[in-house]
Amino acid sequence: MAAVGALSRIARLGSRICKNRVTLSGNSQRRGIAACIDPSHGLTDEQKEFQKVAFDFAANEMAPHMAEWDQKEIFPVETMRKAAQLGFGGIYVQPDVGGSGLSRLDTSIIFEALSTGCVSTTAYISIHNMCAWMIDSYGNKEQREKFCPDLCSMEKFASYCLTEPGSGSDAASLLTSAQRKGDHYVLNGSKAFISGGGDTDVYVVMCRTGGKGPKGISCLVVEKGTPGLSFGKKEKKVGWNSQPTRAVIFEDCAVPVANRLGEEGQGFNFAMKGLNGGRINIASCSLGAAHASVQLARDHLLVRKQFGETLSNNQEPMK
Amino acid sequence: MSGRVLVGVKRVIDYAVKIRVKPDNTGVVTDGVKHSMNPFCEIAVEEAVKLKEKKLIKEVVAVSCGPQQSQETIRTALAMGADRGIHVDVSGKDYENLGPLQVSKILAALAKQEDAQLILLGKQAIDDDCNQTGQMTAALLDWPQGTFASEVSLEGDKINLVREIDGGLEHIKINTPAVITADLRLNTPRYATLPNIMKAKKKKIVTVKPADLGVDVTSRLEVLKVEEPPQRQAGMKVETVEDLVVKLKEAGRV
Repeated sequence: MAAVGALSRIARLGSRICKNRVTLSGNSQRRGIAACIDPSHGLTDEQKEFQKVAFDFAANEMAPHMAEWDQKEIFPVETMRKAAQLGFGGIYVQPDVGGSGLSRLDTSIIFEALSTGCVSTTAYISIHNMCAWMIDSYGNKEQREKFCPDLCSMEKFASYCLTEPGSGSDAASLLTSAQRKGDHYVLNGSKAFISGGGDTDVYVVMCRTGGKGPKGISCLVVEKGTPGLSFGKKEKKVGWNSQPTRAVIFEDCAVPVANRLGEEGQGFNFAMKGLNGGRINIASCSLGAAHASVQLARDHLLVRKQFGETLSNNQEPMK
Repeated sequence: MSGRVLVGVKRVIDYAVKIRVKPDNTGVVTDGVKHSMNPFCEIAVEEAVKLKEKKLIKEVVAVSCGPQQSQETIRTALAMGADRGIHVDVSGKDYENLGPLQVSKILAALAKQEDAQLILLGKQAIDDDCNQTGQMTAALLDWPQGTFASEVSLEGDKINLVREIDGGLEHIKINTPAVITADLRLNTPRYATLPNIMKAKKKKIVTVKPADLGVDVTSRLEVLKVEEPPQRQAGMKVETVEDLVVKLKEAGRV
């Protein structure tokens, strides 16, 4: 009975937030749950189109494989590249370097829709987008032209490296050091829990070039294959297995000064600005997951019969 | 030859939605239900855009008959690569009663107005499954028709077509101008890309009324009742062939 109770509460919540009331055929007493949340309410025509493409892509290219990706821990490179062909690789990156030039709201709508296919993969795609945007926004001409087109097409994949074993919430206390030696910085330290780490090609790394605190932090773009860059073991996770998570380790890793975004001391600023968007993206992913879950629950209620009736007909009486 | 192709696109209830009959049995529930472009119309649009990409035709015009929301369907066609759209505004009771005969009259009038070389339609709509509009349009225009097309190739001013029919595959050659209806295996429709969706914003959709085209949309049909199909009954197993024949005779089937 507890399960029915919980599902009934979901159904009632669903019908309360339904904007259009629909009655089940032949039974005008019961609140209808045949129609559910319409996620395109309030969107412009163009946004509805973006959302439609994302929903279609999620349903056709992601949802059928989501379980396999999770079970076999597959990083779905080909599928993500297909998404990039539609413009999902650099959604809010400027078009002159291969991005789609859309707004944060458009991006949120797209990630929310993509997430209904696979949350874990969409979350990674959003991290990739965040990195591409940081290079697009804070990089100089050479950096933008070198990195952004490949990131927008997902020819190359990106990871965001801020967190360390000793600094999570207190990100500004990070320890990875970058010592200036001629036209290189030599990096030493490690980053923890990096999404995509080991399988991605471009690492946006926040490291300490100066003194303590946020003002001593700079942002460097490190490419896979750079000597001194290595990775920890793949972390064992419960869920979200379509993106690998690893430590990123720097041991006397020499990175060209030309790979520094902006000036020394600006890195923390860039990192936080990146996360401002990333936060919205991740929240959008969660909304998409919730949407898909409510739909699945609703469909189940209409189909599953116990005690001689569908669960949808077994709703608790309104008190 | 104008090099212009008209593609008809219909806004229907999305194929994934579970259809519910209205309590008053006058139709199905459409309010608040997800709608999208008829899948066979998507295939038609894709074929038209492919022909344009091969430079065999010059312009793709997407046409939809219905209320204001039909413009969303035209926009999807524009995002897939159609050049402009024509929205034939039909709403209210007229829209509820709109059927293949009226639509084909509208398409015939538009084909003449736009000097179309080709009309591409889906073979049928997934809501009424009529499979009539293409055929009627061709008859009204006295044009050849290539229905259930699974392969289309243009050869000069003729079209080579492969049709999927009950007996297998039929190869025909028809003159242009012509009407073609798309079957499932003709192509796989593309996703609209984000840049194409943004380009589509600049493409024009013109709204016209059936009366402007000289078409009377009054229906000669009246829907009396819409019901759900009967619930499937359980079958039964029998032990011997004799038992089977007895049961069939009892049921009056033999």
